[in-house]
Amino acid sequence: MRYLKDVATLELNDALCTGCGRCAEVCPHAVFEIENRKAVITDRDACMECGACASNCEFGALKVGSGVGCASALIGGMIKGGEPVCGCSDGKDSACC
Amino acid sequence: MPVVRVKKVPCCGPESSCCPPPKAPHKLTRVSHEWTLSDSLGEIRCRLGSFRLGYRVSPGLYAIGEPGADSDLLVSANYKLSFDKLRKELKGLSAWILVLDTKGINVWCAAGKGTFGTEELIKRIREEDLSGLVSHRRVIVPQLGAPGIKAHEVRKETGFRVSYGPVEAKDIPAYIRAGYKATPEMRTVAFGAFDRVVLTPMELIPAAKWYLVFAILMLAFFGVSTKGITFAGAGEAYPLLVLGIVSVLSGGLATPVLLPYIPGSAFAIKGWIAGLATTVAFLLIGGTGLSVPLAIASLIFFPLASSYIALQFTGSTTFTSISGVKKELKYALPVYIIGALSSVALLVVHKAAEAV
Repeated sequence: MRYLKDVATLELNDALCTGCGRCAEVCPHAVFEIENRKAVITDRDACMECGACASNCEFGALKVGSGVGCASALIGGMIKGGEPVCGCSDGKDSACC
Repeated sequence: MPVVRVKKVPCCGPESSCCPPPKAPHKLTRVSHEWTLSDSLGEIRCRLGSFRLGYRVSPGLYAIGEPGADSDLLVSANYKLSFDKLRKELKGLSAWILVLDTKGINVWCAAGKGTFGTEELIKRIREEDLSGLVSHRRVIVPQLGAPGIKAHEVRKETGFRVSYGPVEAKDIPAYIRAGYKATPEMRTVAFGAFDRVVLTPMELIPAAKWYLVFAILMLAFFGVSTKGITFAGAGEAYPLLVLGIVSVLSGGLATPVLLPYIPGSAFAIKGWIAGLATTVAFLLIGGTGLSVPLAIASLIFFPLASSYIALQFTGSTTFTSISGVKKELKYALPVYIIGALSSVALLVVHKAAEAV
């Protein structure tokens, strides 16, 4: 199953990458491969912007705009004019996680 | 059965000022890999609703089997279902389980929020004095916990190296046997039909609440006539009430279950296609004798309702991104609003034609 194309905000700064392989280890959608001691984004459209790679990149080579990805939270954020909040975090029942 | 563990601290004597204050003995809980009936019932109740919100275990250190200084150290969340899934898969192994306080939320969601996070992990490693407990310096963190963890900071602060375990707890024994190496299959998230089905009650139950509002409005609208509130015309609402149920099931059940087989990549479009197919089928087969304005309103409203409900499922999937959902909403929300307003207008047209 694939989601929308050309929307993922994932960015890799090649100059900072040391090829340690952490990003490939944590990515749940096999977006990265390590080629010639550098990480390469081989499948950007598979990125779900979970943020695992950027969080675990010791060298700051990865950036991705991650956040709560459920529609009801985003709509709630638009109405209330704040950051989208997942319903379950404030103790209310919610389908988002 | 709780057992008490006291760390032996080399000390120069109780009277001496160089002696660190005695530490409180750790409370350690031993757990079994076996599930009881109440564990199984708990899983079912979690899948159905708000029961999940209070389904927790106490954060802290747990022992499974007979772990020692060289036993593996696994990290989990304090959502009881996450913890139960983990211990079930550790049959035959002896290990330590460190449960983080994630406010009763599962590993992946809690990692997204940061409660399954670097600070909490560092704090628990220190509080439980894990460097005194085990001789190695490896802590196995579930891969789906990675969005909340900065492995390099955990190492810097505690000396423990984070090894990311497999996505699924069932692969943990194989992962350990392979020398803490996961195959590419263990590293990727599958989202099979069964995974999708178990998530649908949490789509259907909120949708059912909205359906109730819809049903009351419809009965009220058709119940009112020029002769007052007689409910003589309420029978006209029945096909619409059935179509309402059909659209909820299209968006909340059929779309998630048939996800890979419905055309399109946007959930709004998949849900709309499913809703249109079921609405058309119902209108053709049902022979409901709806007036033209009502038939048109049905064709506008119910596929869009299905689309909206299907779009909510993005929050439960394992592969949709926030940028993608934002893009969908940008296009879909105006369509939903226009669709709802034109449906209301058509209802009024129908009512006006009837009154003439």
